[in-house]
Amino acid sequence: MGNEAPSAEATTDVDFPAVQQSAEFQQLRRKHRSFVFPVLGACLVWYLAYVLLASYAHDFMSIKVAGSFNVAMLLGLLQVVTTFAVTMWYVAYANKELDPIASDIRTKIERGEEVK
Amino acid sequence: MSATLLHAAAASSAPGNPWLNIGIFGAFVAVTLVIVFRASRNNKTASDYYAAGRSFTGGQNGSAIAGDYLSAASFLGIVGAIAMTGYDGFLYSIGFLVAWLVALLLVAELLRNTGKFTMADVLSFRLQQVPVRIAAAITTLVVCFFYLLAQMAGAGGLVSLLLGISDTLGQSLVITVVGALMILYVLIGGMKGTTWVQIIKAVLLIAGAGVMTVWVLAVNGFDFSRLLDSAVAASGGNAAILEPGLKYGVSDISKIDFISLGLALVLGTAALPHVLMRFYTVPTANEARKSVVWAIWLIGIFYVFTLVLGYGAAALVGPEAIAAAPGGPNSAAPLLAFALGGPFLLGLISAIAFATILAVVAGLTITAAASFAHDIYASVVKKGKPDAGAEVKVARRTVVVIGIIAILGGIGANGQNVAFLVALAFAVAASANLPTIIYSLFWKRFNTQGALWSMYGGLISAIVLIALSPVVSGSETSMLKSESIDFAIFPLSNPGIVSIPLAFLLGWIVTLVSNKREDARKQSEMEVRSLTGIGAEPPSAH
Repeated sequence: MGNEAPSAEATTDVDFPAVQQSAEFQQLRRKHRSFVFPVLGACLVWYLAYVLLASYAHDFMSIKVAGSFNVAMLLGLLQVVTTFAVTMWYVAYANKELDPIASDIRTKIERGEEVK
Repeated sequence: MSATLLHAAAASSAPGNPWLNIGIFGAFVAVTLVIVFRASRNNKTASDYYAAGRSFTGGQNGSAIAGDYLSAASFLGIVGAIAMTGYDGFLYSIGFLVAWLVALLLVAELLRNTGKFTMADVLSFRLQQVPVRIAAAITTLVVCFFYLLAQMAGAGGLVSLLLGISDTLGQSLVITVVGALMILYVLIGGMKGTTWVQIIKAVLLIAGAGVMTVWVLAVNGFDFSRLLDSAVAASGGNAAILEPGLKYGVSDISKIDFISLGLALVLGTAALPHVLMRFYTVPTANEARKSVVWAIWLIGIFYVFTLVLGYGAAALVGPEAIAAAPGGPNSAAPLLAFALGGPFLLGLISAIAFATILAVVAGLTITAAASFAHDIYASVVKKGKPDAGAEVKVARRTVVVIGIIAILGGIGANGQNVAFLVALAFAVAASANLPTIIYSLFWKRFNTQGALWSMYGGLISAIVLIALSPVVSGSETSMLKSESIDFAIFPLSNPGIVSIPLAFLLGWIVTLVSNKREDARKQSEMEVRSLTGIGAEPPSAH
């Protein structure tokens, strides 16, 4: 099968409230939320700012940067760049900070050990 | 390359050789059909049929997501919009891309960890099964229906452009053939077949757009600024095409309308049922994460290509020739292909455009069929205990029914102005689905009443507002095509700016006002499962 995750039926006897209350799970939850909420919030504000500039700051967006390449195009391409950058940042963060805790909790539950 | 000569060729008739276009498309169909048949040998269980046995890798699924997401509207539509109205077309694509961050950060992994086949699996996990599942299935079907109708109606327009078929009967015939092919793919191939069609299409589309992009840049000495200058020159010296405002900046209403559209695009993507369902085709949450990363790279690169292609079409074909061609702005990309590589490149791009419609329609159909068979039939009608094999049988029948509805809808909507349907599908997804997805994943107190009010409130407000908007009545360009019928009391063409906050508010207020508490144990289970992946649905063992 190549996948060690048990099926949904096998987890019915897990004490989920206890796991949820454990310090380890709370740490995972905090690390997840303290990354995704602020980062996504910042990205949405940055996108909203771009849309508002395009709608209401026509003269600013029309300033030429290089040849006929203007601020509007620069900001549009920067949106693409920040989207790529945030994607890679999240992947690095999740691999380093989230995945080890998640897999540790999973292993403990599967072995029937207590999650602390 | 003579612009005047091209202009004359484009204005007189559809360029290229229809038989060559059909031939290349036929080759695509033949290759994909073989793959679908080969992939369909293991399609017995619901997990095989809906989720391809959860056997795809992140890279494969990411390509399929790109194939599912980059519809004809975003290829032909955005290139055409940039060619005709300049920069504002690019604004549209940025919204489509940034939206993926919501999917990556909030939805993809948590959904893979908690659900099984459909969006409703997640939404009803810790709330009352029957009412929440029915509501989620209804919003799924509505979003899929609007999106499907837009794709099928677009197929009619493409036919006249690419195959030179201008009579209604001929176009209806082609729509029927496209619909029948789609039914065949989904019926036989299930999610596995659909996924392969989407992967092949994504590779062809992105490679084709990439070749054209390099070509356009090469023609302009790899100087983007020079390309912009020639686009301005070909547009009669109108430098405004390089700046925002030509399309969305004409009035205060149109500015707010664009903000409303942007909101729906950014918040709707992560709540589109056919996108969500793709996350179930991978074995783990980690692969779901990789899928989104792949999708973001492919989609982002593609939209940068469209910027070059749009201005390239303006420069090398010219806005006047594009406007005069059958299909209008949608013909910008095919005409650019013709200007660059002659009939063969045109045939290739045309075939890719058809493949696009086929792949997107197939993805929508399997999503709608899964939602009906799994949420309504198996979970509600049979109370979670359907007879062995009955669920997949129902799903297959639903595929045929939806396929027939899509064909009839496509023929009926052919020639109608239904371009607003794609934006509406995003607005409905953002209003009816996203608040409940986020609340049920992240807000402990959230309850059934809040979910129902939010889902139905978002769905109904989005649809009622669009019905009362200028896209349905009030002008020659609206759906009813008459100035005398005018009930457009809502000034915007995009309801998102009202319906999305409304749905979030309804979910929040109703939850706080109603005293009902949900099962706390279920909430614990959902939160632990969503973040750790314990008990996630495993891949099938074959």
